[in-house]
Amino acid sequence: MRTLLRAALITLLAIAATFGLDPFRNYQLATAAGVFAAVAGLTVLIGLTGQLSLGHAVLMAAGGYGYAATATAVDAAAPDAGPAALLAGLAGAAAASGALGLLLGMAAARLRGPYLAGLTLALVIALPSAANVLPLGGEQGLSAPFLPVPEALSALIAVEQWHAWLAILISAAAVTPLVLLRAGRPGLRMRAVLGDETAAALAGVRPGPVKTAAFVASAVPAGLGGAVLAVATQQVTPGGYGLAFSLTLVVAAVIGGLGSIGGAAIGAVLVVALPWLVDTAVEAVPADLGQRLNGNLAVLLFGAVVIAATLARPDGAAGLLARLRRPTPAAPTPATPSTNTER
Amino acid sequence: MHTPARTATAAALAAATAVALAACSTPADDEAPGVTDDTVTIGTHQPLTGPAAAGYSAISAATSAYFAYLNDNGGVHGRDIEYIVKDDGYDPSATQSAVRELVTEDEVLAIVNGLGTPTHSAVLDYLDEQEVPDLFVSSGSLTWNQPGVYPNTFAFNADYVTEGAALAQYAVEQRPDATICVLGQDDDYGEGILEGVETVVDGNAIAEIQTYSTANEDVTAQIGAMMAAGCEVNVLGTINGFTAMAVGTAAALDWAPQWYVSSSGGDYPTLVGYLGEDVAPALLQGMVSVNYLPFSPDDPWVALFRQINDDYNDGAPFTGNTVFGMSVGYLFAEALAAAGEDPTRASLVAAVESGELLGNGIVPLSYGPDDHAAYRSVGITVVDDGVQDYTGTVYSVDAGQVTTVEAEPVPLANDGIPQPPEE
Repeated sequence: MRTLLRAALITLLAIAATFGLDPFRNYQLATAAGVFAAVAGLTVLIGLTGQLSLGHAVLMAAGGYGYAATATAVDAAAPDAGPAALLAGLAGAAAASGALGLLLGMAAARLRGPYLAGLTLALVIALPSAANVLPLGGEQGLSAPFLPVPEALSALIAVEQWHAWLAILISAAAVTPLVLLRAGRPGLRMRAVLGDETAAALAGVRPGPVKTAAFVASAVPAGLGGAVLAVATQQVTPGGYGLAFSLTLVVAAVIGGLGSIGGAAIGAVLVVALPWLVDTAVEAVPADLGQRLNGNLAVLLFGAVVIAATLARPDGAAGLLARLRRPTPAAPTPATPSTNTER
Repeated sequence: MHTPARTATAAALAAATAVALAACSTPADDEAPGVTDDTVTIGTHQPLTGPAAAGYSAISAATSAYFAYLNDNGGVHGRDIEYIVKDDGYDPSATQSAVRELVTEDEVLAIVNGLGTPTHSAVLDYLDEQEVPDLFVSSGSLTWNQPGVYPNTFAFNADYVTEGAALAQYAVEQRPDATICVLGQDDDYGEGILEGVETVVDGNAIAEIQTYSTANEDVTAQIGAMMAAGCEVNVLGTINGFTAMAVGTAAALDWAPQWYVSSSGGDYPTLVGYLGEDVAPALLQGMVSVNYLPFSPDDPWVALFRQINDDYNDGAPFTGNTVFGMSVGYLFAEALAAAGEDPTRASLVAAVESGELLGNGIVPLSYGPDDHAAYRSVGITVVDDGVQDYTGTVYSVDAGQVTTVEAEPVPLANDGIPQPPEE
């Protein structure tokens, strides 16, 4: 109950904040909200069960494609159905990413550490070819219906702000169950499996199903995050979910602090805002130098910031927040979750 | 932990801020964003990095160089043109962000020459919904010519169907008994070229049709199949890198068919860059392509553009992409000059639709209220002894009919600085 109230409050605050942003910032906020949903799923997966997935971008893409295909079909069948297309699209996104997550999760339960990372990595690399072979529109991708601002609000807010609202609401609906899951009994089971699989099994917790379930629970928010991006951009393309983006999701989870939902929010905002900030900074340097650095400096600086952040705060932004809240280290800090499940 | 009091304060503060800032994000209704007393700001999305960067990244540099030349000569109606180039790496999702930033942050008057079919398709609806003029799209897809659906979008390239039909017509006239085959990119581009070829040659008479994906950097299988089918004339709907790869792969197989290449992949200087100075003249001897912009070595437009390239573009390699980029810049300047003393988004679109723009092509522009295509006729070029030049044959393609027409090159006037129309 308390969690739900808090979630509602944060959602309201975020929606209020969109009034303070110009249209492009609102577009970035919508993007960050989509990334946040995916990173929240990923951080719970890595932090609580130690399953390192490098392929969450593919789960986002699955959600995006699921959303685009379903919403377009509903929109074509009933053009004036209003929110029906959106809701059906979200159901499609959850179904597509959940199904892929289940398949991956069943494999994940049998794989450990680097082997799972390798499997998920291969999935990311296979995505462009899959988009060409499957009916997913090749490199041009699928387009999703444009959701205009409702009549009643059209004088008050711009379309980017409306999309930011939708993004915030969808992300809230995707992440809140994850918070409940993490705090409740399933979270306890996941931690038990992370701690020691044999001991967990002796205590009656079967590691296989727990790990598979964790993968599905992590895949659905990622898929909804993909749907958020499709709402904001009306397009799903394989190019948008490449290897770099997939690794960026892991970076966001690490910067934020593995296992922390609040940290995931900070990480998501950082990975959306940083490349743009760096690009803006590059534009400020002399033109010929800028041209030479174009496309390279952004990546370089981004890497440097990530390394610095990780060195300064190995437990991520979440650890920093925890320290700010309790200046004296009275309470024992929670053990840093580890990705190492091999014993 | 949040204490209730702190949370309440935060909520109240946020609500107050929200009310105070409510005006920040409301829809703007400015008729002429990007226009100040002495500047006009426009923007574009281009592949400066990524798979399409080689060759195409030179286009926006050339356009910027032309605008620098124009600004040094007084600009248009006393205003300098500021051309903001955003890199999208030929990735549609990056185009989404880039174009939104141009429209909402930089508040451009228009998007000019956005490059690529998959990339520009991703922002077409957005630009339409925002009513931003979307001028001279750098792609030959037929998508851009839908005045009823996208009233503000105008194409620049001759469309791929026109190019395919012209190439096939020339092949049939030159070598009536040759076996014709097609290699195309697996999207609108390759499909358009194939459709054009099929308007001239019966579909069953095409001995072999092969496609490739830009994600897969190898065409050995495709070229092998075409060689096995006994192709003599290969019509290519390929981007420059893949044209070079096709020609190079065939050479490695000791096979020398005739190459008929679309304008987007048949730029001789760019292909030399891929294949190397030593072998390119031999491999590309006799290559047939199409073009609609001035390209003869002795053309006055080419001489002017070479001069601008030396003065304002650090003497970058002068290729078909340079001519293309500068021609786009010239056409935009002409449209802006015709849009009146105080241009608005509406007057800019009206100027293009008026049908009075001349451009600098070797054939007339076809813009009008019901036609948002730029060039409906193309001239045939052939490479001979390392020089690519027009043969003099020009085809016009209309409703599936290919007819031979006369070239009508637009003469160079006033050093390439457009003048406002006479009152």
